[in-house]
Amino acid sequence: MASLTLEPPPATDRKIAFREALREAMSEEMRSDPRIFLMGEEVAQYNGAYKVSQGMLDEFGPKRIIDAPISENGFAGLGIGAAMYGLRPIIEFMSWSFSLVAADQILNNAAKMLYMSGGQWGCPIVFRGNDGAGGQLGSTHSWSVEALYANVPGLKIAIPSNPYDAKGLLKTAIRDEDPVFFLESERMLGDTGLVPAGEYTVPFGQAALRREGDDCTLVSFGRPVNFCLEAADELANEDIHCDVLDMRTIRPLDVDSIVASIQKTGRIVVVDQSWPFAGIASEVIAQVCERCFDYLDHQPVRVTSDDVPTPYAKPLEQAYLPHKGKIVEAVKRVVGVE
Amino acid sequence: MKKTIYEARIDHIQILDEHGKLDEKLAKDTLSDEDAVFLYEQMSICRWLDEIAFKLQRSGRMGTYPQNKGQEAGPAGAGLALSRFGEKNWLVPCYRENIALFLNGLPMEKILLHWMGDERGNQIPEGVNILPIAIPIGTHPLHAVGIAYAKKYRGEKGVAVSFFGDGATSEGDVHEAMNFASAWKVPAIFFCQNNFWAISVPRALQSGSETIVQKGLAYGHHCVQIDGNDIFASYKVMKEAIDRAIKTGQPTFIEAVTYRLGDHTTADDARRYRDEKEVEAWRKKDPLIRTRKYLESKKLWNDRKQADIEARAKEIVDAVVKRAEGIEKPVFEDIFDYTFATLEGNAELQTQRATRRTTGLGQGPEQEKLRA
Ligand SMILES: Cc1ncc(C[n+]2csc(CCOP(=O)(O)OP(=O)(O)O)c2C)c(N)n1
Ligand SMILES: [Mg+2]
Repeated sequence: MASLTLEPPPATDRKIAFREALREAMSEEMRSDPRIFLMGEEVAQYNGAYKVSQGMLDEFGPKRIIDAPISENGFAGLGIGAAMYGLRPIIEFMSWSFSLVAADQILNNAAKMLYMSGGQWGCPIVFRGNDGAGGQLGSTHSWSVEALYANVPGLKIAIPSNPYDAKGLLKTAIRDEDPVFFLESERMLGDTGLVPAGEYTVPFGQAALRREGDDCTLVSFGRPVNFCLEAADELANEDIHCDVLDMRTIRPLDVDSIVASIQKTGRIVVVDQSWPFAGIASEVIAQVCERCFDYLDHQPVRVTSDDVPTPYAKPLEQAYLPHKGKIVEAVKRVVGVE
Repeated sequence: MKKTIYEARIDHIQILDEHGKLDEKLAKDTLSDEDAVFLYEQMSICRWLDEIAFKLQRSGRMGTYPQNKGQEAGPAGAGLALSRFGEKNWLVPCYRENIALFLNGLPMEKILLHWMGDERGNQIPEGVNILPIAIPIGTHPLHAVGIAYAKKYRGEKGVAVSFFGDGATSEGDVHEAMNFASAWKVPAIFFCQNNFWAISVPRALQSGSETIVQKGLAYGHHCVQIDGNDIFASYKVMKEAIDRAIKTGQPTFIEAVTYRLGDHTTADDARRYRDEKEVEAWRKKDPLIRTRKYLESKKLWNDRKQADIEARAKEIVDAVVKRAEGIEKPVFEDIFDYTFATLEGNAELQTQRATRRTTGLGQGPEQEKLRA
């Protein structure tokens, strides 16, 4: 069983933005491995629709930083072929919302190729881009694809909540022999955090304990982890103390750490920015019930987006997404405080 | 002002006609006498494999199988060219070009094993440059373009060829692949077998364009249509396409006009939607018949040789069936190993794999029988 210790702060005082951390991960890996290339819409000349790949064309040249036509299905499939032939493609989707037109390639081909070939043809490819509501982009451009895609065996999903993890997880993703879906958030690209300049990686399948407390386990991944931290701080003022677990990867999912925390707290609230029906929060709770039902002192609770298309108007979108207020309320409910 | 901004011409090439008559001029620098005999023999063996596969399916020894019957010549000529010109060419197939795969080193039992329902049918031997059979229609030409892209990236010679049907050209993936190939000048070749049917949907209902091959024009491909039942034509155009791809980076789109003489698969009964007269007309254009006529006219073939090849085909296919059916039963834990390159960091699957291995817990009846 996982032993839970608080994740120490990164050993550095260098602060950079999330997007720079992503760029650093790619650039460092590309310097040491000539098989890696970055392909996507606007990644080269334009330096990335969200400036993640700023300067990379200058450093690596057009052979390795490649502007693709608007053809997500096309460059996803092309990347798969290149990965099968020994290269290590990083495919950028401007938004994961646009990956939907490439569903067959990423789910039915990338994730199944190894299986369909009896274990022979791996597909070491990273698909990355913005996931989740970017802020008034309307329902077609605001997908949180994690629940939709996590159902599929054969792929891995990493979803960092801060710049340190962004760099460390992306390096792990690029080195991984299996297809990795790497979910970023447009809303976090400007966030700054402590990131060491040199080499380090963050392993898949290991959650990070961000706050420590005996009263309730708060589980989340990606951007809402930050809302959990805000909520935990506010709750601490009222003497309610939470373990906050940042899952970092959804597949594989570090259920052991969740169980270890629940054995201490007896309570769990899962915060998930995708929809409630058949979502990751539901999966976490199902596994918790299978693994440590007897330790639960209150029924598990989910904080998710509402079960409707993502609203367009600002106040509606804010009300629809998980946020600190909803999390505080949910924790109070499970610990029995009004 | 008015001016013409685009004009195009597409050749149709037939070298060996349905009566077995050869266009000597076009045949120059194509197949030698030995090549023609060799391909006739290989096509005969494949035809017999089809017959036996059909019977195996009917007697419950095999799952669904798509016969190649009638379509052997296109992949035969193209496959032979691919085995000879360029370097380390890659074949990215669907399911109606068995002979091209065999000519490029795929052991025959792999095809049977695959259709018998065994993951190991798609394990390609080391050194054989063939991707697993793609069942999602039209998704694999993109992988061929990806391989071609990787070849260019790595500075290698050689081409990547995808094989697909007329029906597949209605899929967006195929068009995205065609677009990428020419936009980025990668050594990709598109070999479309137009057999006039996508299961029960006739060619006319699939697309309003006059020919399939002209779709390549829009993408800047070199476009050529051939008589797909003609081994000389398919060899010639593939040879030229390889040369073109390597020298100029221009992709070639080949439409091989052919016909499937069998059902779509063993799960289909084509009589329900195809006119018997249409099938009858195409039976006369069978590549085996015309190739044999040609060889006989050149005194390269006779009844004794025919009897020999029929006997040899039976022997070969019998042995292939034996090898396919004789393979040891698969091991359950394999399914976990086929899912990820490594289970490291995946506690859940590691546990499941270990539990299943040591206890046999929850294995299917077949597996339990094996363990007993
Ligand atoms: C994406 C996808 N859609 C539908 C099918 C079902 N399907 C299998 S074969 C086929 C027809 C393909 O026709 P064509 O490309 O002309 O090849 P042919 O079978 O005639 O050789 C269809 C619709 C599939 N396998 N994949
Ligand atoms: Mg067809």
